[in-house]
Amino acid sequence: MHPAYSVILFTTASGTGYGLLAFAALFSLLGRLPGDAWFLGGLVALALALIAGGLLSSTFHLGRPERAWRAFSQWRTSWLSREGVLACLSFPVALGFAAGRIFGLAGTAGLAVATIAISIATVATTAMIYASLRPIRHWHHPLVPLGYVVFAGQAGAAWLQMWQALWGRADPMVTAAAVLLPAVGLIVKLAYWRAVDTGRAASTAETATGLGRFGRVRPLDPPHTSANYLLNEMGYRVARRHAAKLRGYALALAFVVPSMLSAVALVGSPGLAATAAVVAAAAMSLGLVVERWLFFAEARHSVTLYYDAQPV
Amino acid sequence: MTSLPSTTTGVALGLAIDLDSCVGCHACAVACKEWNSGGHAAPLTDLDPYGAAPNGVWFNRIHSYEAGEGGDGLTVHFPRSCLHCAEPACVTVCPTGASYKRGEDGIVLVDESMCIGCKLCSWACPYGAREFDQAEGVMKKCTLCVDRIYNENLPEAERIPACVSVCPTKSRHFGDFNDPDSSVSRLTAGRGGYDLMPEMGYRPTNKYLPPRRQAPVAGALPPVEAEPAPASGFLRWLDRILSR
Repeated sequence: MHPAYSVILFTTASGTGYGLLAFAALFSLLGRLPGDAWFLGGLVALALALIAGGLLSSTFHLGRPERAWRAFSQWRTSWLSREGVLACLSFPVALGFAAGRIFGLAGTAGLAVATIAISIATVATTAMIYASLRPIRHWHHPLVPLGYVVFAGQAGAAWLQMWQALWGRADPMVTAAAVLLPAVGLIVKLAYWRAVDTGRAASTAETATGLGRFGRVRPLDPPHTSANYLLNEMGYRVARRHAAKLRGYALALAFVVPSMLSAVALVGSPGLAATAAVVAAAAMSLGLVVERWLFFAEARHSVTLYYDAQPV
Repeated sequence: MTSLPSTTTGVALGLAIDLDSCVGCHACAVACKEWNSGGHAAPLTDLDPYGAAPNGVWFNRIHSYEAGEGGDGLTVHFPRSCLHCAEPACVTVCPTGASYKRGEDGIVLVDESMCIGCKLCSWACPYGAREFDQAEGVMKKCTLCVDRIYNENLPEAERIPACVSVCPTKSRHFGDFNDPDSSVSRLTAGRGGYDLMPEMGYRPTNKYLPPRRQAPVAGALPPVEAEPAPASGFLRWLDRILSR
């Protein structure tokens, strides 16, 4: 599948924003974050800015962005519509939580729980846009939604540790989340790659044409001599050796390096720990962009069976 | 509304495509392009139409395949277009309600005035039936010539999809698959018409009629030798001289 930068940026930025929001609410609920207007207000504003930036970026790949408001209407059947509705609802919920916490209002705990729930739900609906598509074997897999949620969580933990470090604060529970979640993410990603590398699609050129009864099917004449929308959008192929190299970068940058850097807070001086936390968050975000690029670039759509008859 | 229609009239319009007689002439694709460039889904934009890399919207793509090996192998021309599925995920994934399946005849359509061009429907279609119009910013697809088949301004004989009307070998048949006595239902039953990618679970309405096995031709010529040597006379002598 064609890896559109607007969608890669959208899913990674909004995922980080929701992870940050969920952890801001969780650690507030546990009484481990100050309700200071600048600290907590800034934190929630940063999270919402990442989400809003991601949502805005997602409209860039639309053919008719001026009609984007129509996408809220079909939540009964469409995961994309559900995602849009939840994303918009998350803003008042998160702002309500932040205001309640800063001004010490009653009912803040309930809003914090709601913030955590809607953050996880929104990331899961984003993932379901992809996971619900049967023609794309690499996406139609239960590890896809799990991965989206875990990667959003680890990014949120890393960014929260960075935010704390920038304020000269540290919290062993935040550090623990920033160290352990990338390890969970690593396991999920490795399991996902193993699953898609060893799995086989039920659909083949033989089932796509129904000509398998005569033997192996291979293309003879193409239907058109230059590219078309289908080949540009669905026929994107990444070279196997590049994919292997990029998987290595993704593993190192998104999981291994940030987990180790976040652990510096346990042993290093506060200054060193703060620097490590900033580098960890930056490395993870870069690594998750590579991971997300591969998520698109390595996915094969069943329509390509009609063109090259290669397994999807 | 992108929910599938809850009430239907029990009519399921579609095509039966005969792979036995299709000669791969692309007339259906061209007639489709011609009609739809002025019809319901108009325009079907072409980018760089006279340049080195033309890239345009077509609702019909004619592939050619080889199936099987050697003397048992077949060359099959294979027109590919929207199958107007009974379970069209292209409709249910649509976030705006632009995509819909009609309850009255099962035709899957796009209301272009509501389409935001998110392209998700084209990802959801296993068959590549939908093509995005870059110039218009909206998704387009086969309409089963909804603007022909009910068009009272046309003579009754012409109220069939353009691709069906133009086919020189009568390889495309149009009708109601829910009516067991319709020509398409009888053809499908008689010829063993089948679904493409049934494992996807989209339950396509269109059916493909398989190529018939050709009986071996009696008295067929033996295969030509790669480099026959002259048998006798002057040419044999010359062949020997030159072969030294």
